[in-house]
Amino acid sequence: MALLSLTPLLLLGFLCLYARLRGCDVYQALLDGADKGLRLTLELMPALVLLFALIHTLRASGLGEYLVDLAAPLLRRLGVPEETALLMLLRPLSGSGALAVASELITRFGADSLIGRCAAVMIGSSETTFYVIAVYFSAAGVRETRWAIPAALCADLACFLSAAWICRLLWG
Amino acid sequence: MLGTLFTLIFLLSLYFSVLSGNAAQTGNALLLGAQEAIPFCLGIAGSLCFWSAWMELAERCGLAARLSDLLRPLLRRLFPRSSQSGEILSALGENLSANLLGLGNAATPAGIRAARAMAALGEPARDELPLLVVLNTASLQLVPGTIAAVRASAGAAAPFDIMPAVWLSSLLSVCAGLGAASILKRRWPSCR
Repeated sequence: MALLSLTPLLLLGFLCLYARLRGCDVYQALLDGADKGLRLTLELMPALVLLFALIHTLRASGLGEYLVDLAAPLLRRLGVPEETALLMLLRPLSGSGALAVASELITRFGADSLIGRCAAVMIGSSETTFYVIAVYFSAAGVRETRWAIPAALCADLACFLSAAWICRLLWG
Repeated sequence: MLGTLFTLIFLLSLYFSVLSGNAAQTGNALLLGAQEAIPFCLGIAGSLCFWSAWMELAERCGLAARLSDLLRPLLRRLFPRSSQSGEILSALGENLSANLLGLGNAATPAGIRAARAMAALGEPARDELPLLVVLNTASLQLVPGTIAAVRASAGAAAPFDIMPAVWLSSLLSVCAGLGAASILKRRWPSCR
């Protein structure tokens, strides 16, 4: 575990050294990158305000619980924590929506809980599938997506299942 | 599409809140949720800036380009047709390496360049376009910065300790996507 938490540090140390040896202006690059990160956060904010409101409404109204109960028998059989049902449903459709759901789960159950970790791994190893498909095909001017959508959804399904199983195995 | 989804979830929530008799609570939750979003964003802003700073450095010092060179043999195997064009191969390399480093802003333009060139090549190369999309929907990211930031602000003991799980799960998901693509490709009706 100590080695694991060292990995990001080692990567950064290596990166810093490599960049310096190649004569890169390390500090300026970092500053510009941080600036981009701040812009990214600002871009996220409006969507997250709306989606946080939506997700809190969804939970308070009892709809969230209803959906979870609906999906629970199947998910339990598959070994996936049923609380992540909404996350899995939203993930391919809306990146910030899924982030809002995941962070709600992470704060509610705790970052180091099985459900919190499971939500984090699911988010970390998947993408906003439909958004990516729309961007690429429309940019290429190809109208028939053919097998891209089913194949990408297979990938998502595999991602959610393996995320749940791996978390269960490591921290369950 | 997102508009429909938003409306649907919102109206369903209203319906459920009336049904279960906790309309007042729901109204409260609506405002509270909106309120909570800003501290949440501020909570992850620091880590997001920090990671994006390092990723920018990786791109500028040529590490991303190096990585994309290393990925070429793999890409030649995955995209046998379109990688015959040097321009597409380099765009693919850039796309994949930017994805690995979590440089979303750099990955998309490179991917789009590759997609456009593939579509222009005509039929055989066009078949590889779904593959490119699958590769991009599977999120092959080495450092999951955003979600680690969320975990850190929620008080995780070691926000990055999920990394091996994320790697393995991404890898399995890519394999499933590629496998599904190669099976579906053979059975797709419009393709003889």
